[in-house]
Amino acid sequence: MGVGIEVERLNAWFGKTQALHDITMSVAANHATAIIGPSGCGKSTFVRCLNRMHETIPGARVEGKVSIGDLQVYNGTSATKVRRRVGMVFQKPNPFPTMSIYDNVAAGLKLNGFRNRRELDEIVERSLQQSALWDEVKDKLRKQSGASLSGGQQQRLCIARALAVQPQVLLMDEPASALDPISTGKIEDLIFQLKEDYTIVIVTHNMQQASRVAEFTGFFLLGELIEFDKTEKIFTTPSDKRTEDYITGRFG
Amino acid sequence: MRRKGFRGDEGVSLWRRFVNHGVTLAAAGAVVLVLVPLFAVFGYLVYKGIGSVNWAFLTQTPKPVGEAGGGMANAIGGSVLILGIASLVGVPVGIGAGIYLAEYGRGRFGDFIRFTADVLNGVPSIVIGIVAYSLVVLTQKQFSALAGGVALAIMMIPTITRTTEEMLLLVPTNVREAAYGLGIARWRTTISITLRTATSGVITGVMLAFARVAGETAPLLFTAFGNQYWNWKINQPTAALPLQIFTYAISPFEEWHRQAWAGALILIILIVLAITAVRLAAGRGMVKGVS
Repeated sequence: MGVGIEVERLNAWFGKTQALHDITMSVAANHATAIIGPSGCGKSTFVRCLNRMHETIPGARVEGKVSIGDLQVYNGTSATKVRRRVGMVFQKPNPFPTMSIYDNVAAGLKLNGFRNRRELDEIVERSLQQSALWDEVKDKLRKQSGASLSGGQQQRLCIARALAVQPQVLLMDEPASALDPISTGKIEDLIFQLKEDYTIVIVTHNMQQASRVAEFTGFFLLGELIEFDKTEKIFTTPSDKRTEDYITGRFG
Repeated sequence: MRRKGFRGDEGVSLWRRFVNHGVTLAAAGAVVLVLVPLFAVFGYLVYKGIGSVNWAFLTQTPKPVGEAGGGMANAIGGSVLILGIASLVGVPVGIGAGIYLAEYGRGRFGDFIRFTADVLNGVPSIVIGIVAYSLVVLTQKQFSALAGGVALAIMMIPTITRTTEEMLLLVPTNVREAAYGLGIARWRTTISITLRTATSGVITGVMLAFARVAGETAPLLFTAFGNQYWNWKINQPTAALPLQIFTYAISPFEEWHRQAWAGALILIILIVLAITAVRLAAGRGMVKGVS
């Protein structure tokens, strides 16, 4: 089951440049929450702070409080422990190039010391089914590299890989922006099904996509959370002028 | 003139077609220039050496001057021993240093190591022989396969270090991020993801270093020293193919000259076999469609 995310006064920096200013936000469990905003507004930085990926960049720094369910993200918890609870799907599909399809999905478990073969087989199959890729790859699981799949398939493989470690939250950083409309449709369908088991935070440039998949939407501008509300409210009657300007296409 | 080319280039000006052909020809010419010396060397070796390669040459130790026959079996064995020691020492150290440089070696200390490796790469091999002589031979009071192996290992390390670093840096950040995102620890990611992704490049570096030192004579002159008999002990003077070739080639005896050619041919063949074997071994278990 998914859990909620509480963010309190989150600030983030790249060296001396502040990328996020005092973000406070609460993400509902088992719902999809979209993060929208123009390029460079801090959307990606925000989701990367939720699983402590931000700090992998040299010079990056974070302050504030984030909790995922009952887990304190920044309070003495190890980054690897946080990341096992929080799956992440990136903008560009990034399967491990030298690994087979099976090993790609199993990687998170195997490299964290999970050794039970039979259970691993089951998890790999279940994860690939959850990401709607099973039927397309079941005959070549061990024979073919993850990199041999098409872009859309690779992205679903990456989703399966993230699901295999059984996270509670799934972060998706523009998961469909490198894909064609058909693959994008598949990913969106997937988000609908995954909501039942996971809490989803999805960064997107595409406002139609936000309105299709997410119950809640947050609008970021210049590192600040301008407005956060039900998706419907954001797209029909936003309370902030800047939100309205953005969704009506006046800038960004 | 009809020619193969891009469809739709009928309207392209004569000059551009001329330039296109010219550049293609120049590139092809460069390829030929690269291949000619290689095949010339190999061809000449076969021509001069094949006559003296026979079963006895591969299985017997050298005969005293004046006696016909005999072979370089002990030198072949010695080379295998010395190169084994060199690889055992040089490959882990080289790869380890490469990992350090690529993953952690930002800042001054990293630059210092990089600079040191590049300088070490340019140190004449005879100098490295002297260093190994004073480090190993003088302290052990014994010429040995170990001393030869250490000398060759020192020569392998900078090449392996720098190629390993380059190859690891070629692995895209997003592959590493994928691993971090799964909660895989950093050291695990480095070994099981980054290094694994870069394997074929790293192996190329290792084989390059191996092939280079396999033919080295100077560092072995006063380390492994040479031996007319079989030796498999690492603390004893040991024969090596390049040493044997050197000794035979500067000798005044016609028979030894012929054997030197044969030894050179065998050396090249052994290097090619070693590289092929490692490539095949590394290629096994690879999945299809690796990009």
